[in-house]
This record gives sequence, structure tokens and C-alpha cells, in this order.
Amino acid sequence: MDAITENWDLYFRSFGYTVTLFVIAAVLSMLFGTLLCALRVGPVAIMRAAATTYVTLVRNTPLVVVFAFFSFAAPMFGLTFSFLDVHIGQFDFTEAFGAAVVSMTLYTSAFVCEALRSGINAVPLGQAEAARAVGLTFGGTMTQVVLPQAIRASVPPLASVQIAMLKNTSVAAAFGILEAVGQMRRFTNNFSSQRTEIFIFFALGYVILVLLLSFAASRLERKWRIA
Amino acid sequence: MSNSVLFDAPGPKTVVRHRLYALGTAVVLLGLAWWIYDGFNDAGQFDYEKKWEVFTTPDFIRALLVDGLLKTLQMAFGAILGAIVFGVVFGVAKLSDHAWIRWPATIVVEFFRAVPVLLLMVFTWFSLGIKQDNSSFWAVVIALTLYNGAVLAEVLRAGINAVPKGQGEAAYAIGMRKTQVMSSILLPQGVKIMLPALVSQCIVALKDTALGTLVLAPGLTKVGTQIYLEFNNRVPTMFVVAALYITVNLLLTLLANWLQKRYVGEKKPLELTAVGNLNGGAGGAGGTI
Repeated sequence: MDAITENWDLYFRSFGYTVTLFVIAAVLSMLFGTLLCALRVGPVAIMRAAATTYVTLVRNTPLVVVFAFFSFAAPMFGLTFSFLDVHIGQFDFTEAFGAAVVSMTLYTSAFVCEALRSGINAVPLGQAEAARAVGLTFGGTMTQVVLPQAIRASVPPLASVQIAMLKNTSVAAAFGILEAVGQMRRFTNNFSSQRTEIFIFFALGYVILVLLLSFAASRLERKWRIA
Repeated sequence: MSNSVLFDAPGPKTVVRHRLYALGTAVVLLGLAWWIYDGFNDAGQFDYEKKWEVFTTPDFIRALLVDGLLKTLQMAFGAILGAIVFGVVFGVAKLSDHAWIRWPATIVVEFFRAVPVLLLMVFTWFSLGIKQDNSSFWAVVIALTLYNGAVLAEVLRAGINAVPKGQGEAAYAIGMRKTQVMSSILLPQGVKIMLPALVSQCIVALKDTALGTLVLAPGLTKVGTQIYLEFNNRVPTMFVVAALYITVNLLLTLLANWLQKRYVGEKKPLELTAVGNLNGGAGGAGGTI
């Protein structure tokens, strides 16, 4: 028991990393995923093909491999995150954090794109036809008419995508970030007789975060429901 | 909504504009590809003799396929078998009429769906004893069983709920018992509906076996590590491992799509509730995290 109760600061700091990583990657993946989705349903064939290939490839690659790519392979062609050197309070955001954010974002965007596409399919045909009839271009149709409705319709799938992402931040533990699972592994190593308590405490942390997210999502879904 | 609904057939000006866009995209993509290629090339990553020859050496191909891919597939397959058992037991328990069965089952399922697989893996690994032989293999299998089993329980529940109500009612009307209704009427039809979702879950399990690196599990990632430590060819190894994963996953996706067409038809894939199904509600052939 005392492994956790005497180290609350480490416990909360590790979840701090988890939440920060999640929030940044969630925002970025929503943006990039929306862009990908627009490319995928757009009129320019080569953009469609590029976005489709990207989604297919990324969706079938394990996240660990994506992480490894940005941690070890990317520096070879000059993409490093060594410029990142931010220290806020007890939190250090450095190279590994940058690589983690980029990996999580690029990986999750593929799934955001798919979720949004299912949302677009749920928008009634007449909406887009009417938008074209009043003379909107593809950009106008998407931003003014289709996407606002598609995003509302895809709140539940987007929520699952982001919840899965929250859990996936744990992969960063293998790449030098002391977020919740990394800290849990360290605790378990040091106090292996208390591993069950340690597991339960960390699992509860995740359960609470997931519950908060799904609660927020269901509120949002109700508030945004198209009449 | 099909693509063509979103934009009009382009006129002459738009055609020219689209060609410009296409050209711009092509230039950007080629530039990106060149940048990556050039970087790797300068770092000597495409040097066949030093970096790639190992992947054409029969011994290493065998290591990669037998100790790597086969072990990975074994872990994924074992986990899926376990998950099916877990999923059927808890899925049916969640549908039970007795609150004292339903509630514990629901709590167990929700717990394992909300906890990261990696956390489960680390815990099982330490519980089995990190020095034991095979403990990391079993840690991966058990963690994936619990997580995927919880997801499958939810899939099964949704599948059974998707069977038309009249089926169960008719079965009761001809005097079947509760167990009979479940086992000979609802389950067979529910399973048919959930087949594509099951295959998607196989993809998830397969991809998650890669998480085993953190608990030093055998499989593709381990063989990959051994190879690049010996030949100092991390990047080529990464490509080969990724290519193997992607190939198997694409084959599974094809299978899921075929099953969807064959058994479910044009009907919408299963609607699942939120937690942790990256498929985003649609349990179908989509593909999950």
C-alpha cells in the first residue's frame, strides 16, 4: 500500500504526462483527421489516393512501430524534436515527448478520418444536393453544410477513437516517457510484493479518466443532436 | 452518401484548377518521399550488402517467419480463442435476467475495456514472475485475452440484441426454455452478425502483440530487435516488421469484408457503445485500434 500512498506526487505526475500527451494529440489528431477526411472525399483524385493509402497503411501498423519510426528512424532524415525543451513546474517536455505527440497524432488521425467518414455517410443526401444547388463549391459544401452535421453525427465514434487513444498513450512508456504505465512499471519493479495494489491504483486512474471522457461525450452528443 | 454528391461535375476552369492541385500534391509528396529517401540513403540505410542482405538469407528469413511471425500469430490466435470464451461467458452473463449475474459481469467487462492493455500486460508479467520461462509470452496472451474478451462480450451482446425480437418471442411461444432460446435461436444468428466484428478484433489483437516489446515477449518485434542489434540495421528491420504486420492485417481486413458481404449483407455493421473501440461504433469490417 505504502508504495503509492508515500509517492502520491509521482502517481499524479505520471497521470499528468498521460493527460497532457492525450490532450495535445487529441486536438492535433482531430484537426489532421478532418483534413484527411476532406481529402479522401474530395474531387482531386491524387489527393484521394494519397489519403486512402495513408489511412490503410497507418491503420494496419502497430502503434509501437509508428513510435519506433519517429524515435529512431526520423532523426536520420533530419526530423528531430531536440528543439523541444519546455519545463513547466515538475514536468519536462523534451525530445521523447515531441516524438510521442507526433506518433500519437499521425496514428490516431487515420481513425479520426474513418470515424468522420462514417459521419459524412450519415448526413442525408439532400443536404449536399441543396448545398450544391445554391452554388456552393466543394469547400463551401464541406465547411458550411456537410462537416458540421457529420461531426455531430460522429460524436460517438470519435469519442471511442479518443478513448482508445487515451489508453494508447501508454505505449509512450516504452519510449522514455514516465507516464502512468511507465511509472506503474517502475513502482512494480521497486515494490514487487505490492504489485496488486499498484495495478489497481493505476487501473482506477485510467477507469476514472475513461469515465470522464465518455460522460463528456454523451453530454456533447445529447447537446448536439440534430433535431 | 457517395463522393460525387459532394461536388459538381467540374467545368473547364475547375478541371484546370484541379490539375494544378494534383500537380502541387504530387510535387509535395515526391519532395517528402525524396527527403526521407535521401536522408536514409545518406545514412547508408539502403546499402544492400550491409543492411538488407540479412533479409534474403534463408536462415534469417526462417527466424523471422518461424520465431517471429509464427510466435506472434500464436499469441494473437491464443488470445482470440481465450477472448471468444471470455466474451461468450460475459456477453451472455450481461444479458442475464438476474441482476446479481448481470451487474458483476458488466463491471468486469467495463473494467477490462477501460484499462490499457499494456498495464494488464505489465501486471500479468510481474505476477507470473519476470524470470520465469515463457512468462512474457503468457503475459501477452492473458492481457490480450482479457481486453479483447471484454470487447467481444460487448460485440456479442450487441449482436444478440440485433437479432429481430420476433425470433426470441417465437421460440418462447413454441415452448422453448430460456437456455434453448439462447443457444439454438439467438446465439447462432447473433454470431453470424458479429463475425466481421470478430475478425476486426483479430486485427486489434495482432497489432497489440507488438506491445509485448515492453515485457520482452517473443515474436516479430523481438526477432527484429535481435537482428538489428547484430547487423546494426534498425531502419530496414523496422520496414520489414511493419510490412509483415501490414500484410497479415490486410488479409484479415479482406476476410472481414468478405464475411460482411456474405453473412450480413448491406445491413449496417453493429453499433457498439463507446469505450475503447477505435472502430468508432461500427463493429464491422472497418478495422480497429
